[in-house]
Amino acid sequence: MHWDLTSDRPIYAQIIEQMELKICSGVYPLGSKLPSVRDLAQEASVNPNTMQRALSRLEETGLLYSLRTSGRFVTEDINMVKTTKKRLAREHVQEFLEKMIRLGFDQDDIISMLGDISKELKK
Amino acid sequence: MSNLLECKNLTKTFGSTIALWDVNLEIGHGRIIGLLGPNASGKTTFIKLCNDLLTPTKGEILIGGDRPGIRTKGVVSYLPEKTYLNDWMRASDIIEFFKDFYEDFNPAKAYDMLGKLNINPKDRLKTMSKGTKEKVQLILVMSREAKLYLLDEPIGGVDPAARDYILNTILSNYSEDATVIISTHLISDIEKILDDIIFIKEGQVVMNKTVDEIREESGKSVDALFREVFKC
Repeated sequence: MHWDLTSDRPIYAQIIEQMELKICSGVYPLGSKLPSVRDLAQEASVNPNTMQRALSRLEETGLLYSLRTSGRFVTEDINMVKTTKKRLAREHVQEFLEKMIRLGFDQDDIISMLGDISKELKK
Repeated sequence: MSNLLECKNLTKTFGSTIALWDVNLEIGHGRIIGLLGPNASGKTTFIKLCNDLLTPTKGEILIGGDRPGIRTKGVVSYLPEKTYLNDWMRASDIIEFFKDFYEDFNPAKAYDMLGKLNINPKDRLKTMSKGTKEKVQLILVMSREAKLYLLDEPIGGVDPAARDYILNTILSNYSEDATVIISTHLISDIEKILDDIIFIKEGQVVMNKTVDEIREESGKSVDALFREVFKC
């Protein structure tokens, strides 16, 4: 599985974002067991301590939970995933809007463009 | 837990040349550490001091509480910058050699890695390319189950694909009680796998932080920061 890590931001923060994305998009379904820290670290080519740190942070937010003897799991709470999904979507839209405004488009332009382009994509 | 490696006021001079000056370090277990610095900053001197190939002018190094010597050589796996193996030997001969030398050497692991890198164990070192020789040496070093791995420029001469394999080998070899210290110039290739960075400059430690601390504080990759700190 692909991990996309850029060079200028803390690695653990990027891992958190991508884990959230993988959970929201169903790569790791609700209630499923995650691979071990070692395997995940190797898959992402990152340091195991960094992976551990990111997963602990996700446990604090409740998106993951761990059972002492059997490993780490994705939450079974669908609302939690929905909230995360909304937050991620919001962040993407905000980023998009900021870029469009910088390019000099106003709200009406952006909305009509969105309509046009999504129609083109459907064809 | 006690430190795996400790340096107190470590100083090494060669005549009037200062190689290392008053270095104080404490390194714990289970870390992957990048020892970074420009040419002639003292990286190799530091690693040689850890291996008892040089003796300190002042101060001391302790590895697991012992000064470098016979006892520490049993727990330290060292990849020197230059090859020291006889080139008439076959890879399989050297594996036998290492088996005799080191109690913690795992021949099965070495053969497995040779296979994955398509190196024939029956080939003599003499007939191998520079990069292949480097791979063989690294395989030998990583096939020990040591407490401390000291790798002096392990990825300099190998191609990017083999580099990825080697870095993966270091990751898959990770254990909570072993520490790996890698000295290199190829920072961007390895920074993702590092916990900590030690920058040394003119024989002194100028920075000792985690990779994420550096990225958080400077908003830059370690590679970019290095280029800034050591700008010529």
